[in-house]
Amino acid sequence: MASSAITAVAEPVFHLEEEHAHAEGGSTMLGFWLYLMSDCLIFAMLFAAYGVLGGNYAAGPAPKDLFDLGLVAVNTTMLLLSSITYGFAMLTMDKGRVGATQAWLAVTMLFGLAFLSIELSEFAHMIQEGATPQRSAFLSSFFTLVGTHGLHVTFGIVWMVTLMVQVARHGLIEANRRRLMCLSMFWHFLDVVWIGVFTFVYLMGMLR
Amino acid sequence: MSAHDHADRDRTHGGAAHGSLRGYLIGFVLSVILTAIPFWMVMTGAMDNKQAAAIIIMAFAVVQIVVHMVFFLHMNPASEGGWSMLALIFTVVLVVIVLSGSLWVMYHLNANMMPGLHEMREMP
Repeated sequence: MASSAITAVAEPVFHLEEEHAHAEGGSTMLGFWLYLMSDCLIFAMLFAAYGVLGGNYAAGPAPKDLFDLGLVAVNTTMLLLSSITYGFAMLTMDKGRVGATQAWLAVTMLFGLAFLSIELSEFAHMIQEGATPQRSAFLSSFFTLVGTHGLHVTFGIVWMVTLMVQVARHGLIEANRRRLMCLSMFWHFLDVVWIGVFTFVYLMGMLR
Repeated sequence: MSAHDHADRDRTHGGAAHGSLRGYLIGFVLSVILTAIPFWMVMTGAMDNKQAAAIIIMAFAVVQIVVHMVFFLHMNPASEGGWSMLALIFTVVLVVIVLSGSLWVMYHLNANMMPGLHEMREMP
């Protein structure tokens, strides 16, 4: 009785009508950017670990005995080419051409796969020579850093295949465009991390 | 009015977020050059002074990262109302602290753990 009288007098006002509508996915790009920045911190930790431990060979092989800069140069080219072909996929997506977007995504994926297979063969070669992650602190931190980057590329490729299926089924709808833009940021970000890897690990390792 | 605002924002957003063919090609050519020079320097051993060579290839890497940020990731101070740039600056500060701090502290720790010449001399 009393409570109903009170609510009748002081009706709470929440000003809900002043809150303008947010389009679905309006904050996705910023949120994904924040994720990438936190991923960047993971890589910063791994780079710091490599920087600290990279000189501890435990009488094992050193970078000069293991790294093949020619192979790394080819690998870098693969990743760089995949970056520009993903850019072309985004440009054709802007024009709404489904077939061309899918084709550029497929080319990007092939470059990504080439990068991964070169990296895996490099790892296999190193492990065959006895340069396993257990051999020395240098090799542990090397495999952790470069392996984490390789895992990111692997998941990027899985994501790319998923989106190609999505685009094939639903076309370039708003949600798919948003997803493709997120993957674009992810893919270019991996290229940025790779710049750090080839400079800090491979090139500086050969100078040491 | 609000519909006009929305359309306006959509147009600028669409144009800025994806870049242009010219932007991608400029970024690609720049990063090819910025990658090729350090690789050439190290593979041919063009620099005798290793410390200077290391500083130069690090400088090339920093420039290339900026090129990728601008031409591929389309970073600019205005995107997402400045929040992306703010997050990036914060992250860069953290990365610099983590990297320089770890290297600095651990280098001195290593240097002090090694029985250096002057410490050996002071030993009985």
